[in-house]
Amino acid sequence: MANLKLTDVEKTYGGTVTVLSDINLEIETGELIVFVGPSGCGKSTLLRMVAGLEKITGGTLEIDGVRVNDVPPSERGIAMVFQSYALYPHMTVYDNMAFALKIAGASRAEIDEKVRAAAEKLQLTNFLDRLPKALSGGQRQRVAIGRSIVRDPKVYLFDEPLSNLDAALRVATRIEIAQLKEQMPDSTMIYVTHDQVEAMTLASRIVVLAGGGIAQVGSPLELYERPNSTFVAQFIGSPAMNLLAGRIVGTGKVTTLELPEGGGTITSHYPSKPEDKGAEVKVGIRPEDMVEAGDDRFAYRGEVEITEALGEVTLLYFRKSAPGHDPVIGKLPGIHKGLRGQEVKLTAAPEKVHVFRDGVSLLHRDAGVFVPGVQPH
Amino acid sequence: MHPAFQGLITIALGVGGCVAYFYFANQALDRVLFPARGPNAGRNINRANMIRPWVFLFPALFVLCLYLAYPVVETLRLSLTDRDAGDAFVGLANYQQMASEPKFWEAIRNNILWLIVVPAASTALGLLAAQLTDRIAWGNIAKSLIFMPMAISFVGAAVIWRLIYDVRPDEADQIGLLNAIVTALGGDAQAWLTIPFWNNFFLMIVLIWIQTGFAMVILSAALRGIPEETIEAAIVDGAGPLRIFFSIKVPQIYPTIIVVWTTITLLVLKIFDIVFAMTNGQWETQVLANYMYDKLFRANDWGVGSAAAMVIMVLVTPILIWNVRQVRREMR
Ligand SMILES: Nc1ncnc2c1ncn2[C@@H]1O[C@H](COP(=O)(O)OP(=O)(O)O)[C@@H](O)[C@H]1O
Ligand SMILES: [Mg+2]
Repeated sequence: MANLKLTDVEKTYGGTVTVLSDINLEIETGELIVFVGPSGCGKSTLLRMVAGLEKITGGTLEIDGVRVNDVPPSERGIAMVFQSYALYPHMTVYDNMAFALKIAGASRAEIDEKVRAAAEKLQLTNFLDRLPKALSGGQRQRVAIGRSIVRDPKVYLFDEPLSNLDAALRVATRIEIAQLKEQMPDSTMIYVTHDQVEAMTLASRIVVLAGGGIAQVGSPLELYERPNSTFVAQFIGSPAMNLLAGRIVGTGKVTTLELPEGGGTITSHYPSKPEDKGAEVKVGIRPEDMVEAGDDRFAYRGEVEITEALGEVTLLYFRKSAPGHDPVIGKLPGIHKGLRGQEVKLTAAPEKVHVFRDGVSLLHRDAGVFVPGVQPH
Repeated sequence: MHPAFQGLITIALGVGGCVAYFYFANQALDRVLFPARGPNAGRNINRANMIRPWVFLFPALFVLCLYLAYPVVETLRLSLTDRDAGDAFVGLANYQQMASEPKFWEAIRNNILWLIVVPAASTALGLLAAQLTDRIAWGNIAKSLIFMPMAISFVGAAVIWRLIYDVRPDEADQIGLLNAIVTALGGDAQAWLTIPFWNNFFLMIVLIWIQTGFAMVILSAALRGIPEETIEAAIVDGAGPLRIFFSIKVPQIYPTIIVVWTTITLLVLKIFDIVFAMTNGQWETQVLANYMYDKLFRANDWGVGSAAAMVIMVLVTPILIWNVRQVRREMR
C-alpha cells in the first residue's frame, strides 16, 4: 500500500568504490517489481538501501511521498525476506513470526490472531511449535515470508528468496509467491533475483540492473520484444539473442539490412532515418524466432556444428565465424534429424528482427539509454 | 655435563623415542603381525587397521593411567586409612575429623562463594567485552589488553595484586595502588586482605581479571559466528541494540556461554595458587585446594588431606562431565 520513488540514488563504499549511481525509479502501489541483473551488479545493495540496512550515500528515497533516507528500517513500513531465510534459530516458528509484533507491543490476543492467520495462509499451522532446524528448506522459506506478512508492511522486499531451494521446489514456491501477491493486490513488492525465469513470470515490471546503473525498466514482454540495448537483448531470453554484424542498405518505415556474417539480407520492422544508410549495426534475432528459409531469401547461412534435440524443439549451434565469437543458435520447433554438418539457411519475420546501432536499439536511440559496460553472461 | 646440554639430550631422546615407537610399532603391525600379502592379505589389512588405533593410543593411555587413574585410587585408599597406624583401615574417620574442623567448612563456604561469583562475573564481563570491542576501530587493541592477563601465571598475578592491595603503616607513603587511591581521596588506608568475608572478593577479582580475557576470546569468536542476516532481520523487525543482544545474539551463542561458564567453574573448584600466594587461607579466606595442601604437606595428615582431595574430585566430576557433553554437542 505504498509507492516508492528513488531519485538519483547512489551507493559508494568508503568514498571511492561506486557500486550504483543515477538510480531513478518510480514504483507504484501494488506493483511487483523485479530487480534482475548479473551477479554483483548491486541488486542486493539497492534492495538493502530501500530496507534501510545500507546507508544511501546519494540521492533520495521516498516512500509514500516521505523522504526516508534517515528513517530506521523498522519505521519504513517494510519487511524483508532474506536469501538465507535468516530465521531466529532458537525460536519456534510461532515465536519467529511473533517477534516483530511483540516488539511493537501488540497484545497477546492480537499476536496470536495474526500469527495463526499467516500460518494458515502459508500452510504452517502444523509446524508452529517447531524450531527452524526441524523444517525443510521450503517450509523455512514460508516461515520467512510469514514473518513478513504478520507485520502487514507497506512494502515487501525479497532478496533472492528461492536461490537456496532445489529446482522443483523453486518452481512451486515461485507459484506460491505469485498467488500470495494475488491475495494481496495492494501490497508493493520488490523482488531481487538473478534468474530471468523468475523475473519474467513474477514481475509486473522488471528493472534490469547492470554496470552500476539501470539498463532498462519495463514489463517482461516489453523487455523481450523491445530491448533498448544489446545488453538487455542478450540478458533477457534463453538461449541469448543472436547478434549478427549487419549494414543498413534500405531506410524508412522498415529497415533493410545486409548481413556480411551470414551472407544474406533481412528486413526489420524498426524504422530508420535516411542518414542511417550504410551504417554498421548489430542485427538481433532470437534463436526461437529463426525459421528455415529458401535459397533466395535467407538472412543467415552456416554449417551446423552441434544439434540438441529436446523433442519439442531442436537447437542448432552453427560453426563460429571467428574464434571468440558466440555461435549463432537457432531454435526450430519440432524434431529435425540429420542437420548436423549440413549447411542450413535461416531467416526471421521482420517484426522479430532487432537493430542496434552502437549498442542502442534504433527504437530507443533518442531516450538516453544507459549501456552497461559489462557482458550479460 | 652442562645442564642445558643434558636438557637437549633429554628432549632429543624423548622426541626420538616417540617417533621411533610409532614408526616401529606400525612397521611391526604391517610387516610382521599382519602382513598385507599371502592368502589372507585382505583379512590381515582389516585386522591391522582394527588394532592400529590401540597401538597408537597406548602411550597416552598408559601415562594417563599412571598419573591419573592410579593417584585417584591411591588417594581414595589414603583417605580411608591411617598412615601413622601402619596404614590401618579406619573407615570414614578421616572424613569425620575433617567435618568437625571449622576451617573445612570455611573452605566449603568460600569455594561456594567463588563458584557463584567468579564464573558468572568472568563470563558476563567477557561477553560484554566481546560485544563492545567487536565493532570499534581499536577493538583489537582493547582485546589484546584484556586478553593479556591470560599469559600471566596465577602466582604472578597474585604477586601483582598483592602489590595493588598493599598496605603500609599510616605514617608511611602508601605504595599499594588501591590504598594510594583511597588516601588520595581522603580515606584511610585499609589492610584489604585481612577484612574477613570481603577479602574473599578481593582474591576473586584476581581470577576474574585473568579469566575475563579467556571468556572474551571464546565468546567473541562465537558472536562472529552468528549469521549477520538474523541480526539484520531483527533490525527490520524493530529490535533495538539491547534486545538484539539479549534476544537474538545471546541465545544463539548459549552453548558456548555454557562451555565457558563450566570451564571457569572447573578452574574455580580447583583454585589454589592465588589464595596460597596472597593470604594462604588466613583471615577466613581458606579454600578447599589450599586446605588440602595445608593438611597434606604442612600438617602431614595424609588421611584428612586425601579426604579433602576426594571431596574436590567429587565436586568437579559432574561439572566436568557436563562440560564435555556441551563441548561435544557444540561441535556437532
Ligand atoms: N562493504 C563493501 N565494500 C565495497 N564493496 C562492496 C561492499 N559490499 C558490497 N560491495 C560490492 O557491491 C557490489 C554489489 O553487491 P551486491 O549488491 O551484493 O550484488 P548482487 O547484485 O549480486 O546482489 C559487488 O560488486 C560488491 O563487491
Ligand atoms: Mg545479492
